[in-house]
Amino acid sequence: MTVYPADGICPRCGQGTAPVTLSTVGTLWTWTVQRYAPKSPPYVPPPEGFRPFAVGYVELPERVRIAAVLDTADLDTIRIGTPVRIEATAGVPRATPIGAA
Amino acid sequence: MGDVLIVGAGISRFGRTEHTTGREHAVYAVRSALADAGIPWSRVGAAFGGSDAAGLADTLVAQLGLTGVPFVNVKNGCATGGSALVSAVNAIRAGMADVVLAVGFDKHPRGAFDPLPADWGLDEAYGRDGLMVTTQFFGMKIQRYMHEHGISARTLALVAEKAYRNGSRNPQAWRRTPVSAAEILASGLVSDPLTRYMFCSPGEGAAAVVLCSPAAARALKGVPVTLRAAVVRSRRFGSFEVFSPWVAAGQPTSVSRDAAAAAFEAAGVAPADVDVCQLQDTESGAEVMHLAECGFCADGEQEKLIAEGATEIGGTLPVNTDGGCIANGEPIGASGLRQIYEVVQQLRGHATGRQVPGEPRVGFTHVYGAPGVSACTVLSR
Repeated sequence: MTVYPADGICPRCGQGTAPVTLSTVGTLWTWTVQRYAPKSPPYVPPPEGFRPFAVGYVELPERVRIAAVLDTADLDTIRIGTPVRIEATAGVPRATPIGAA
Repeated sequence: MGDVLIVGAGISRFGRTEHTTGREHAVYAVRSALADAGIPWSRVGAAFGGSDAAGLADTLVAQLGLTGVPFVNVKNGCATGGSALVSAVNAIRAGMADVVLAVGFDKHPRGAFDPLPADWGLDEAYGRDGLMVTTQFFGMKIQRYMHEHGISARTLALVAEKAYRNGSRNPQAWRRTPVSAAEILASGLVSDPLTRYMFCSPGEGAAAVVLCSPAAARALKGVPVTLRAAVVRSRRFGSFEVFSPWVAAGQPTSVSRDAAAAAFEAAGVAPADVDVCQLQDTESGAEVMHLAECGFCADGEQEKLIAEGATEIGGTLPVNTDGGCIANGEPIGASGLRQIYEVVQQLRGHATGRQVPGEPRVGFTHVYGAPGVSACTVLSR
């Protein structure tokens, strides 16, 4: 089993863990759209102001689903099962549907 | 193990007020429960209770009476009421006391809950980037469920429509105006696929029950209801919960499934035996999924059951007859005992205006909350 972010203790058995490099391509397991501005703090809206954004879980071949912000211009075409590219950032991982800009 | 009876149940008005404190709601509910049982506060031999955000339950003795009663504070999120109840049952079975109080109350500020990442062991970025929002989890869980099991948005609207209709028949409810499925669907998306009127709101209120041993009940004049089982569980590995940076692959486990199965086993009752039930309906999707997680139907059957009216008062399995969280709001510490109050009224035949017909004999309650806790009970007449 795989966890994210990396953790020195396994949440299943309490024993030690080993690092693993995750794939960067997976499929969208589920998603939603944050339609209203979250409370600030802790939310920090972008400089141009809040706009609805999508979040979801990306399922990777390492048998883990990772929460990510979905970078997509079209909130109406998001579908479960869509192939996405995901990458770690300084903050929450971000994912982009493959084929989208 | 020995039977435990509920001989008194009390509830305050749910909703949102300017001036009533959570503790005041609690004192009202406790006095109502004592009056229902026909006993003075001094007859209570032990008490368990709590709130999530409205203070310590043991301070209620300043208003109820300084009798020296052992009063234990319980703080267990959405399972606060259920945990107080389990403690009360164990106190009676262990012989600590023969009459025991359980109380839950709360009062939350307007708007969504606003938890901090550090409190959940998460990086600050989850708050900064806008992921510390509970409604996202509910949206994502039902989104996946609809995809796998063919549940429609209209079914989600029908669940909320029923909640407001039942709330309109309940004098203690907050939302007492019926709202149509069309209005619910058009009320604006909050977290896709859930709209504004599909969600409950944090609110305020209190509920209390008086429990006792069969011997103690014989001296009382109230109408007792048997608490056949009261169970609290926390999540196992593989569940899908709010504020999770990751979820294990495979079919998620469910703490509600575990708690419900344990409650039915302890009670010696099957889901098919239940005549009235209260299920956690933080939003419409939760009620749909909890119907299956608690064992009342197979995944996907809800689409047909709800369309046919099975979950209505008068249906084959009435669900959330008091309007649930959607119509009563969610005072976290109070909701579990609100459900018990409602089932007690239904089993006694006292749910005026919303009574399930046919003299229901078996009731079930279920709460679920963060970070993966569930409490279930089985009650019978």
